[in-house]
Amino acid sequence: MSDLRDLYQEVILDHNKRPRNFRILPQPTHKADGVNPLCGDRISVFLDIGDGVIKDIAFQGAGCAISSASASLMTEALKGKPVEEVDHLFEAFHDVVTTDCDCPKGLGKLSVLAGVRDYPSRVKCATLAWHAVRAALEARKTPVATE
Amino acid sequence: MSAPHALSTAPAAGAGLDLARIRADFPILHQRVHGKPLVYLDNAASVQKPRAVIDAISGCYTGYYANIHRGVHLLSERSTTAYEGAREKVRAFLNAASVQEIIFTRSTTESINLVASSFGGSAVKAGDEIVITGMEHHSNIVPWQLLCERAGATLKVVPFTDAGELILEEYERLLASGRVKLVAVVHLSNALGTINPIKRMIDSAHARGIPVLVDGAQAVAHLPVDVQALDCDFYAFSGHKIYGPSGVGVLYGKRALLDAMPPYQGGGDMIRLVTFEKTDYADLPNKFEAGTPNIAGVIGLGAALDWLTAIGLEAVAAHEHDLLEYATARLSGIPGLTLMGTARDKAALAAFTMQGAHPHDIGTILDREGIAIRAGHHCAQPVMQRYGVPATARASFAVYNSRDEVDALVKALWKVKELFE
Repeated sequence: MSDLRDLYQEVILDHNKRPRNFRILPQPTHKADGVNPLCGDRISVFLDIGDGVIKDIAFQGAGCAISSASASLMTEALKGKPVEEVDHLFEAFHDVVTTDCDCPKGLGKLSVLAGVRDYPSRVKCATLAWHAVRAALEARKTPVATE
Repeated sequence: MSAPHALSTAPAAGAGLDLARIRADFPILHQRVHGKPLVYLDNAASVQKPRAVIDAISGCYTGYYANIHRGVHLLSERSTTAYEGAREKVRAFLNAASVQEIIFTRSTTESINLVASSFGGSAVKAGDEIVITGMEHHSNIVPWQLLCERAGATLKVVPFTDAGELILEEYERLLASGRVKLVAVVHLSNALGTINPIKRMIDSAHARGIPVLVDGAQAVAHLPVDVQALDCDFYAFSGHKIYGPSGVGVLYGKRALLDAMPPYQGGGDMIRLVTFEKTDYADLPNKFEAGTPNIAGVIGLGAALDWLTAIGLEAVAAHEHDLLEYATARLSGIPGLTLMGTARDKAALAAFTMQGAHPHDIGTILDREGIAIRAGHHCAQPVMQRYGVPATARASFAVYNSRDEVDALVKALWKVKELFE
């Protein structure tokens, strides 16, 4: 059970059970959907951006604990951040969940998802919300898929 | 001889079946996964291969492999004999009337596409209807959708109950339209475990002159199939779900239908005489086997059928029915676990959801306990939509599984509960 606890840390279980910013923004400036075709995970992200800053961010959807918790943690991490930091944060996060790197500083709570690196089939769960945000920023119309 | 349905009352733990000996036939089962003994319960996706099949494939490549149907040399003759010998084994296994009714393909999917393209392409016109059911695998949905699109025909779907049983009154109503050109129905549902009443459905369709294709991918390894007794017009299955290799499939078709159908693919081996003006096609079954086939794969499939027949499908069905009853009882004892698919006539497969735990999380946690299951939509998204769930977890059993493995599954599911409580 100990190695499973590396993946399913308390923070992840908590965010899965009580996802933060789990709502719809009625008038978002940016919005996109993400799907994991093989899993059936679906997520919609909503952003309210003004003056180059993410003023509000929220999500809705249904997915596994990893994808739900990752989406929830992502909204916390991105709220109030300048838009130009999204790509940088995503790259740092992607490194953490796919490689054995030392956790880059500045990721904060996002680094609790580092355990995903030992479960290659679950990387797409952890990155789904991030792909959706990037699609929203690029104003893509078709849902982004991680397969 | 007792009637086949009497087997459902067979006593516990696979009467007449030597489980230790069967397990010894499967080299892959004797390993540890994440430090735990492997418990392989993903058999509806693909089953493992007995030594006899591995040896048959290896024996072909090391002993006598050559191309078939064309060589004058010894190896080619031996390969041809083994390949055609496997066709006879398939014929006997399905009790088909003739080896000419047995077509080798790549998979169940290709078998269905062959019928959709060749039979459908010539027999289905604008305004016609094709009837399928709500519990089909994508491979028995999409080929018909493509055909309907090409022909201007309409796809009609037989609904099913919450328990996972087809509503036969609706089936009869759909047949009565007078426009139905073909019925395509799954014998055993991969997502629910339901064994459909295909004999009754075939009789109803035939009463109106409508041919029936049966998708037997999940059925053939678990229950005896007699295509003449069923009187089905087409029956499709895959090698890899019946202890044989992947990359080889079978299409059984009634000779009169196959004779009237145009070729599916053109190429070598399916011709009698080619000139640039005209090509005469070969007789059955070669007409539908263009190109060099999966020779060793077909020979491996023949070995798988020999292996399974030696155990006997009645004994297999009895053992697996015991596993189903045991698993159903034990899984029902886990609070918050809901079984999906509770048909009265059901195969050894348990699809379920758990409160608070997503199927993928269940799959990951079970994997760390050495237990392989499937999590997802099982290539049957309409079934997931019917129940309003994005995915399910599925444990599916084969002849080599044991009650001990059911216990391991249940124990691991309690760990899932503990983690997500």
